[in-house]
Amino acid sequence: MSFDIALWLVQDGVTNGAIYALLALAMLLVFAVTRVIFVPQGEFISYAALSLALLQAGRLPGVVYVLVGGGLVAAALDIALALREKAPARLPRIVALYVLVPCVMAALAWWAAPRSVGLPLQVLIVLGLVVPLGPILYRVAYQPLASASVLVLFIISMAAHYALTGLGLVFFGGEGLRSEAFSDARFKLAVLDITAQSLWVVGASFVLMFALRLFFEKTFYGKALRATAVNRIGARLVGIPAELSGSLSFLLAAFIGAVSGILISPITTIYYDTGFLIGLKGFVGAIVGGMGSYPLAVAGSIGIGLLEAFSSFWASAFKETIVFTIIIPVLLWRSLRSRHIEDEEE
Amino acid sequence: MRERTALALFVALLAAAPLALPEFYVTLLNYIGLATLVSVGLVLLTGVAGVMSFGQQVFAGLAAYSTAVLTTRYGISPWITLAAGLALTAAVALFLGAITLRLSGHFLPLSTIAWGIAVYFLFGNMELLGKHTGIADIPPISLFGWRLDTGREICVLIWVLTLAALVAARNLLDSRAGRAIRALRFRSVMAESFGVNTAALKNLVFLYAALLAGLSGWLYAHFLRFVSPGAFNVNAGIDYLFMAVVGGAGQVWGAVIGASLLTVLREWLKDILPKLVGFSGNYEIVVFGVLMIMLLHRTRDGLAPALARLAIAAKVRASPSPAPSLEKRRQPQPGETLLEARAARKQFGGLVAVRDLSFETQSGEILGLIGPNGAGKSTMFNLITGVLGSDGGEIRFRGERIDRFPPSEIARRGICRTFQHVNLISAMSVIENVAIGAHLRGRRGTLDAMLRSDRAEEAQLLYEAALQLERVGLAEHLHETAGSLPLAQQRLVEIARALSADPILLLLDEPAAGLRYGEKKVLAELLRRLRAEGMSILLVEHDMEFVMGLVDRLVVMDFGEKLAQGLPREIQADPAVVEAYLGGIE
Repeated sequence: MSFDIALWLVQDGVTNGAIYALLALAMLLVFAVTRVIFVPQGEFISYAALSLALLQAGRLPGVVYVLVGGGLVAAALDIALALREKAPARLPRIVALYVLVPCVMAALAWWAAPRSVGLPLQVLIVLGLVVPLGPILYRVAYQPLASASVLVLFIISMAAHYALTGLGLVFFGGEGLRSEAFSDARFKLAVLDITAQSLWVVGASFVLMFALRLFFEKTFYGKALRATAVNRIGARLVGIPAELSGSLSFLLAAFIGAVSGILISPITTIYYDTGFLIGLKGFVGAIVGGMGSYPLAVAGSIGIGLLEAFSSFWASAFKETIVFTIIIPVLLWRSLRSRHIEDEEE
Repeated sequence: MRERTALALFVALLAAAPLALPEFYVTLLNYIGLATLVSVGLVLLTGVAGVMSFGQQVFAGLAAYSTAVLTTRYGISPWITLAAGLALTAAVALFLGAITLRLSGHFLPLSTIAWGIAVYFLFGNMELLGKHTGIADIPPISLFGWRLDTGREICVLIWVLTLAALVAARNLLDSRAGRAIRALRFRSVMAESFGVNTAALKNLVFLYAALLAGLSGWLYAHFLRFVSPGAFNVNAGIDYLFMAVVGGAGQVWGAVIGASLLTVLREWLKDILPKLVGFSGNYEIVVFGVLMIMLLHRTRDGLAPALARLAIAAKVRASPSPAPSLEKRRQPQPGETLLEARAARKQFGGLVAVRDLSFETQSGEILGLIGPNGAGKSTMFNLITGVLGSDGGEIRFRGERIDRFPPSEIARRGICRTFQHVNLISAMSVIENVAIGAHLRGRRGTLDAMLRSDRAEEAQLLYEAALQLERVGLAEHLHETAGSLPLAQQRLVEIARALSADPILLLLDEPAAGLRYGEKKVLAELLRRLRAEGMSILLVEHDMEFVMGLVDRLVVMDFGEKLAQGLPREIQADPAVVEAYLGGIE
């Protein structure tokens, strides 16, 4: 392998690794706050990538049906609860959040689809279509079981993954799509030939990570989420509702998932089920990084990106096998270090 | 006996099915059997032992591909390739189990998904395995010259094996090893302190589940006569777990229910959904996902318990009939020194929880270890029982140093404990809970249990448990679930469980905590009677009143140190003790 190819592979690996790092952060965030292993993250990636490609092709993305339908289910659940608890004052807010917002976003998408509205507006519309799905999913699938064990929540995640993947197939069909590159520019830096797309990806990832850091350190809601992650019962005692932190963490995760999907869609052809594998690589990155430390998760994810790039050069048929097998030596190392008996909560 | 009738009816219907049903339904029945085999393993692994795996399709795939390659390329008999496939499955399962089963909670299911994906892509890209097209023309199985080359014929073999697996799993759960497996999920600390090697047992259950999946894979290859990676992708693993959960992950028969329901539902949905949507694809996963979420919102126990309530009345069980007594230890001479702590020490960071504590207990006495809350009593208790490792000094039992031993080794030497926070398996009957105490007095393992060659020993164990329950006054409650008893009686069950281990020294961790006055009197009476029968007891308590009229000698701890030691009368008069308990006068 020549030096040029190696550099090119490094660029490729870091670009993908930056996306995996974002996903790893979302996973750690959701797990710390809600104890949910957020498998359906992958579907948000697919939904966002496919929606962007469809908008660019002048077609209405099918995700609008999932959004409006899901919003109606969530609204129905919350309205039933509000009526049972005799709190009709909550109704306008429920309708605004779960019915109005999805309908407005769907209408916007319907208006924008046949017009060439330009990339920035398309990206905003895609975010508007996919991000509200996070809180809706939390409300419909997870909130009724918020106190269940990690393993029950895990099964719920797998079930939600199933449902959303299947819906993706129904509304996007089986064909793969790729959106247009944000920019075709290339830069020569010594021997290195850098594409503007990878600069976009790496730049956007790091801006987003920095923004998340500010959010968690400076804002009220960020601090509330951190408090919940440290001690769930304590956070509730000081008045942070579990529903709010759950909903908020899913909103952030869906946002990260959608951004990742938008960033990756010009690089790879995305199918309705591609997101699952991409999301899981974020998980592998988080596990390699020790499942708890944000900086290590970022490092682990970039490592996964590099491993993927180099193994696709040397043994492209076994790329996925290598990437997902790396988890075994990591777990081996972890299990050699830990020796304790631990009881699951009943 | 109604359960047996139901089973006989089920078997009769099954036997008639391959003869009477049209081809399509026989095929469906075959798929159900194959799925049941895998989900029985998952019921034991996930439902009972609490180890969640989304990777069982890997084991099915390994065995299926082994037999496909060996029979088509080298013409080896399927029966030999069965052995080879299972050997490969076992090797992989033992390796994966060894490195991942020690990990807690969510790491394991995540890693099962990861290796599921890894192996799927391996199957799909290896030249030897026919890449994504797979391997065709696999020969049928021959049984004594009879070629099982139609669905009807292999249906018999599939269901004989499936029923055998179901019965074996049920037998296993109702045995010495089964009780230990049922403790793995929520009560592994307790199981360790009665001598169960929980790590080895988890590996064993994992191995068994993998072998069942392997058997299913082998049958699958010779039933379809064709294997391809598609049958062993991640979704297959998710489906198997859903089957176990739908059926009721703690119920052996739930595996049949879950496998039947999901298999039939999938066939039906594959038929109607494309008509609704207009083009074909695996849309059934939407329905599966939504149903799964709805099911878990309503019940986390699956369908089997609800169906069982409808179909089969609860069995009324008699007390176990007398059986030859289990082997007993030679109890030490009265007055012999049993436990010696010499300058035992435990530090948590800067806090010294136990500071160079020394004391000893003698055979035939009740020694009270008392002190106010936070004095370090429980830490000392954990040092003796091996739950915590000590940071200095030594602890000896009958002269042998035990402070480096794990809980199971300490139990083996005759030190048996109760737990302050009652540590019973609440869904299991009282007598079975107590029988766990006698774990080390039995020998029969999982294989004996599955084949029911453990019944003589099992009768001895249960009879011993019944005797000990009678000894603590719970003869009336043998078959109630442990969780349904009030706290005071649960404490007595804890003591009966420790007694059934035939202890030399009984360690009681705050047995009176949370009990009412009358209940404390009953408990004190029981402990006196045990002492009169020659039992040696170390009692850790903070309730002075309970302890004073009961114990022979006292050791008083405060801030991790020994404050005083002596007869109850002397201790009561000791000004330092009075100050520690009541506070000094300013």
